[in-house]
Amino acid sequence: MIRFEGAVLRNGAFELSADLTVAGPGICAVIGPSGSGKSTLLLALAGFLPVAQGRVTIGGQDVTSLPPAARPVSVLFQDHNLFAHLDVTANVALGLRPNLRLSDAERERVQDALHRTGLEALAKRKPDALSGGQQQRVAIARALLRDRPVLLLDEAFGALGPGLRRDMLNLVQSVAVERALTVLMVTHEPEDARTIADQVVFVADGRAHVPLATEAFFATPAPAVAAYLGL
Amino acid sequence: MKLTGWSGVVIGALILLGCGAAIAALIGVSGGDLTLSAGDLAAIRFTLTQAALSAVGSVLVAVPLARALARRRFWGRNLLVTAMGAPFLLPVLVAVLGLLAIWGRNGVLSTALTAIGAERLNIYGMTGVVMAHLFFNIPLVTRLLLQGWATIPAEHFRLGAQLGFGARARFRLIELPMLRAVLPGAGLLVFLLCITSFAIALTLGGGPKATTVELAIYQAIRFDFDLPRAGLLALIQTGLCLGVATIAMLTGRAGEARAGMIRPVAMMGGAGRWLDFTVIACTTVFLAGPVVAVIVRGVPALIDLPSSVIEAAIRSILVAISSALLSVSAGLMIAIGLVRIGLARPVLARLGEGAMLIVLAISPFVLATGWFILLRGHVDPFAIALPMVVLINALMALPFALRAFVPAVALAQRTDGRLADMLGLTGLARLRHVMLPHVRGPAAFAAGLTAALSMGDLGVIALFGSTTTATLPLVMYQLMGAYRMEAAAGAALLLLILSFGMFAVIDRLGKTHDPV
Repeated sequence: MIRFEGAVLRNGAFELSADLTVAGPGICAVIGPSGSGKSTLLLALAGFLPVAQGRVTIGGQDVTSLPPAARPVSVLFQDHNLFAHLDVTANVALGLRPNLRLSDAERERVQDALHRTGLEALAKRKPDALSGGQQQRVAIARALLRDRPVLLLDEAFGALGPGLRRDMLNLVQSVAVERALTVLMVTHEPEDARTIADQVVFVADGRAHVPLATEAFFATPAPAVAAYLGL
Repeated sequence: MKLTGWSGVVIGALILLGCGAAIAALIGVSGGDLTLSAGDLAAIRFTLTQAALSAVGSVLVAVPLARALARRRFWGRNLLVTAMGAPFLLPVLVAVLGLLAIWGRNGVLSTALTAIGAERLNIYGMTGVVMAHLFFNIPLVTRLLLQGWATIPAEHFRLGAQLGFGARARFRLIELPMLRAVLPGAGLLVFLLCITSFAIALTLGGGPKATTVELAIYQAIRFDFDLPRAGLLALIQTGLCLGVATIAMLTGRAGEARAGMIRPVAMMGGAGRWLDFTVIACTTVFLAGPVVAVIVRGVPALIDLPSSVIEAAIRSILVAISSALLSVSAGLMIAIGLVRIGLARPVLARLGEGAMLIVLAISPFVLATGWFILLRGHVDPFAIALPMVVLINALMALPFALRAFVPAVALAQRTDGRLADMLGLTGLARLRHVMLPHVRGPAAFAAGLTAALSMGDLGVIALFGSTTTATLPLVMYQLMGAYRMEAAAGAALLLLILSFGMFAVIDRLGKTHDPV
């Protein structure tokens, strides 16, 4: 469960207010116009942006002033999730140990994560020899290994074609169900939300609105939502 | 008149021919006798040692400095980063005078040392040469590294924060890969610049223990008039430069610009904060000190400058403007030619551009010596000293002009070029309506740069200059040699003002009516 309690999130001169609860586990889409603050919501939750007011809790734990590494959160960015000079195995292994000195048991777990994401054949490749979809798959394998209860997708599949994006969403969905994750997913495609999200948070005009069930959100959209969706 | 294309090819060919002729003349005069005296060997050894020390030293200081500047945000940071570009335009002699004012026998530090009973400093020789090279190249490497840091995606720093990277892991996994790509090229560039630098060796080096190859060429011509030896040394110098330039080109991997999608975030507080600010403060003092010293000492002398200084200043301004005009018009013509060739034969165009850049690797002294040998007996080289200086300064700045022009011309060709082709615009009309609007900015920048560099250059003029042709840097050098430090300080400040002033004024000309 993720709670923003009277929170004001600051990104440079921009401020986003959020007072909402995302019940977990499950998948919650975050949609809204560009520049409305969708990423700000995620980055603040991950600890990359300061919370100016209020507090943020995850699973009842106050994380407002925790450093990023101490939060029960993994993030996937749209790009640059991998280090170009490390091969797939090493990039995944970073999820366990930043110094890459793994025990045999840990090595086993890395292999397992690669297996689950269908990356075994690519284990020795460098990121520049992977397609965009494969790169994001590696990042998901790492998130799997880190095993944090919250997964944040910051337009993680925005650069992929429709077919590939659907594959990745399915992968996320199966991982989320298996591990009972709470997923917060920023997307530009309302279709993504319809495909896998249980709830939708709408962000506009410096405010993140309380989440609504996906069906209700699209069936009876509020005026601002209708304007954004072009209905 | 078909101005577009061909004239540039002809000019480019002439330049390469001129360089080739100079080198051929040197081979001729040296008589193919490649036996080196003990003095020559010592000069080669000193040249390589000081260049290696300067390169390593610049890198050792620049890495922590660039890292600190990349990570921290503070009042005046942008100004400081901009100021790091200034040494490129700073006349070498001005810096030398400033360094002496701080570190010299009668400098600030020596005075302080005698007050506590210690000995005065003596930086002449290796120490001074390396120190002056550090002064010029620490900022250069720092700027190159800052560009490198900017290519690290901000996502990676966030990823590191999320994965719990400590300081070591952050350096090894995020920053070291970038340094590995940028540092070899930066180090080799400094090494090359330090091999060819003349004025620093002339003023702070000298003597059998601290003579560079370039300085030995100067002495062979100016003092001994030993042309075979000058020719041999010039060949050695060319070999050294071309060798280093080749290594630099071979090791230089095209840096992939993979800037992230999110804006970089500065680190506030955190570990290493005090270390970062100490590094920034110390290097700022080291770099700003000499310039401040020149200004402080120069201001009183500025009101009472000797007439020789004023005359030399006027001469220098004329030389600088001529070099700038020559360099920019030749550069524009060559760029148009290269872009035209590039439409049909891209590989040939790239080879041509590479050949033009090689000019940068041939030292001005080598060219001057070669041409001197060719012209001897036909004209009095001392009478044509100034035209020679104009020509060589223009050539030395040509690579910078090309760097600025080729992209602008290519853009003009891609956009308005098609329209001009359809309308049948060629020659001067095409130049005016298609090219000029696009190249005005780069042209002014390149002209300003050339003028400033030419203004402050003490190279070829030291070889052939006389009292009637002395430029401001030469007069300043003579004043320093005669220990007229007051007047030298005044001349230095004037030189400083003129160099930066010319760059600022000319660069601004390109920005006033910007139609693109």
